[in-house]
Amino acid sequence: MVFHFCITRHELLLFEALREGLEEEMDRDPRVCVMGEDVGHYGGSYKVTKGLAKKYGDLRVLDTPIAENSFTGMAVGAAMTGLRPIVEGMNMGFLLLAFNQISNNCGMLHYTSGGQFKIPIVIRGPGGVGRQLGAEHSQRLESYFQSIPGIQMVACSTPYNAKGLMKAAIRSENPVILFEHVLLYNLKERIPDEEYVLSLEEAEMVRPGEHVTILTYSRMRYHVMQAAKTLVNKGYDPEVIDIRSLKPFDLYTIGNSVKKTHRVLIVEECMRTGGIGASLTAAINENFHDYLDAPVVCLSSQDVPTPYAGTLEEWTVVQPAQIVTAVEQLCR
Amino acid sequence: MSSAFPAMKILQPLSTTRSPEKPLFDLLKSPSSFLGSASKLRFNAQKPSPSSSYSSSCHRPSTIVAVSDVVKEKKTLKSNSSLSNLLITKEEGLELYEDMVLGRAFEDMCAQMYYRGKMFGFVHLYNGQEAVSTGFIKLLKQEDYVCSTYRDHVHALSKGVPARAVMSELFGKTTGCCRGQGGSMHMFSKEHNLLGGFAFIGEGIPVATGAAFTSKYRREVLKEAGCDSVTLAFFGDGTCNNGQFFECLNMAALWKLPIVFVVENNLWAIGMSHLRATSDPEIWKKGPAFGMPGVHVDGMDVLKVREVAKEAIARARRGEGPTLVECETYRFRGHSLADPDELRDPAEKARYSARDPITALKKYMIENNLVNEAELKAIERRIDEVIEDAVEFGDKSPLPSRSQLLENVFADPKGFGIGPDGKYRCEDPKFTEGTAHV
Repeated sequence: MVFHFCITRHELLLFEALREGLEEEMDRDPRVCVMGEDVGHYGGSYKVTKGLAKKYGDLRVLDTPIAENSFTGMAVGAAMTGLRPIVEGMNMGFLLLAFNQISNNCGMLHYTSGGQFKIPIVIRGPGGVGRQLGAEHSQRLESYFQSIPGIQMVACSTPYNAKGLMKAAIRSENPVILFEHVLLYNLKERIPDEEYVLSLEEAEMVRPGEHVTILTYSRMRYHVMQAAKTLVNKGYDPEVIDIRSLKPFDLYTIGNSVKKTHRVLIVEECMRTGGIGASLTAAINENFHDYLDAPVVCLSSQDVPTPYAGTLEEWTVVQPAQIVTAVEQLCR
Repeated sequence: MSSAFPAMKILQPLSTTRSPEKPLFDLLKSPSSFLGSASKLRFNAQKPSPSSSYSSSCHRPSTIVAVSDVVKEKKTLKSNSSLSNLLITKEEGLELYEDMVLGRAFEDMCAQMYYRGKMFGFVHLYNGQEAVSTGFIKLLKQEDYVCSTYRDHVHALSKGVPARAVMSELFGKTTGCCRGQGGSMHMFSKEHNLLGGFAFIGEGIPVATGAAFTSKYRREVLKEAGCDSVTLAFFGDGTCNNGQFFECLNMAALWKLPIVFVVENNLWAIGMSHLRATSDPEIWKKGPAFGMPGVHVDGMDVLKVREVAKEAIARARRGEGPTLVECETYRFRGHSLADPDELRDPAEKARYSARDPITALKKYMIENNLVNEAELKAIERRIDEVIEDAVEFGDKSPLPSRSQLLENVFADPKGFGIGPDGKYRCEDPKFTEGTAHV
């Protein structure tokens, strides 16, 4: 492990970190371009691309008509022919419209062409449950996309990993889906001035501990950390890992933790059925069964279309109190 | 881009009923120039009417012309055919003939091989439509792109993919153009810029639009002055009712992308007649609605297709944007080798059979003394040898081994992730054997 004694830092918000990473990559490689609804003149619905169209022009930061399937496919065609496009889904839910292209072309084209064409595309956008945005704007597309062969999926949760993952995703030769969260764009953090790129496949150790492994990602990381404060006060020592890579799982970091604590709690925002948590539970059972002292516990959102009413919405997602209770039960 | 495109002027009402004697499309006569440019194809001295005047530097009239009519006139006008007045030279004629014969012979061999159990799954043959593939693709440069559908064998051959590579792919061998991983519906070639082969209709059109976008991007952003690649997107009548078609017409016209949308209207989408599926069956009309010319052409006549293609491709290369070309064509066989083809009227099939594009070109070349029978026979013999060689090559080629299973899933196999031992999965020696656990 290398220690930098003179790391200078600057403070910014998560959406600014994403933009900084994007801009650095666009400066570095003229083939990197952005496509999406309102990414250009409007600057992006969450301001991730603010100012970029002025700097790079309307072709490099392309305002598309509202036609997700077609402009995602267009990005695939552009990637096959030498460009490195970044497609923004204004809300990840809208990418349901683009499922055809994401599954068949992003995911499979490298294989069906016998390796002749690569698709170095990044698909990114905000997803997850927000504040009373209604069912359709509150979706967790990572559940639906995870089975598509040939893609990678990562989720950012801090300004630091947002910038690093954005850069890594752009540089990757594989199609990468970068999940951002509607409620995390205004998180503030001091990040290094010096350039850095993170690994797409690695998980992030948030808080080392001994008693229980808590695996989480995106917004739920913050509910977990809130619960961790309570747990620490009660005398527990949870190990918190932000898995970051939703596909593939970093089985090394996860495995080492399981071998240490022997207890696993997964806290996710996907629904109970068929989410990332379900897959992760299976992977842990398959690979680390011998190290478990208790069955893997997975806390997920309810299998419910996210209701508009604030109270109901609160009950659909996992809250810190539930996490505390689950750990207490797991560690009994 | 603010000027409105003129509404298309229809000079005579189109027939709404269809009977066996009446052609599907009435020939439209328009006084305006064909696709706004080719003066050599203009026969009447009439100028565009005043109501359609607008800045000519930005726009050409979005005129619809039945080229069959135009080309027929040209031929009759100059019927004391000295060689210089013909539409093609001898060399061109032989090239076109050879390409169409290659396509036909290849597809016929596919049918044989399929029924002998050498290829499997869904195989869609192109018999009867050769004029469209040959007419368009033979005008392209190597760096131009072609994007096709599941009916892609002949597009691949016309673009230059060797018959051996295509046949081998159909046999599922490692020497296939896609290492046996794609199959009949997924022909790709990086070398020849064939962007697929797609199983779902419509999903290739955005990919083609993307290739055209890259061409424009390279010219305008990367400042590669010489880059003027054109993309051809081929698809059928059924696809023209699909959202991706319309979305891409819009984007291509909006950004003036160098693309030609080629509709191979063979009147049938498996068992669904085009007329039963489409509110307005005249597909070429949908071009002007999006701000591009729409042209209808007789897709059974390679020379007519070629004349239209020349202009459409030139338009795209000049940076004037897309064109929608509807080729009226016909597939002599069923939708796929699994299709019993019981719905189509034998009289309809007979009518189109009589317009076989290969026979038509042969007749044209012989009547105009471009070639003699012997030269054409020599081509046919040569093609037979090519096909036989392709089958033999496919037969002798190896089947993929287990180690190929996990290759090519990712361009960067780190995408398989990190295993419990801390190493990337792809570093596992069993990975290349195809037995690694992922």
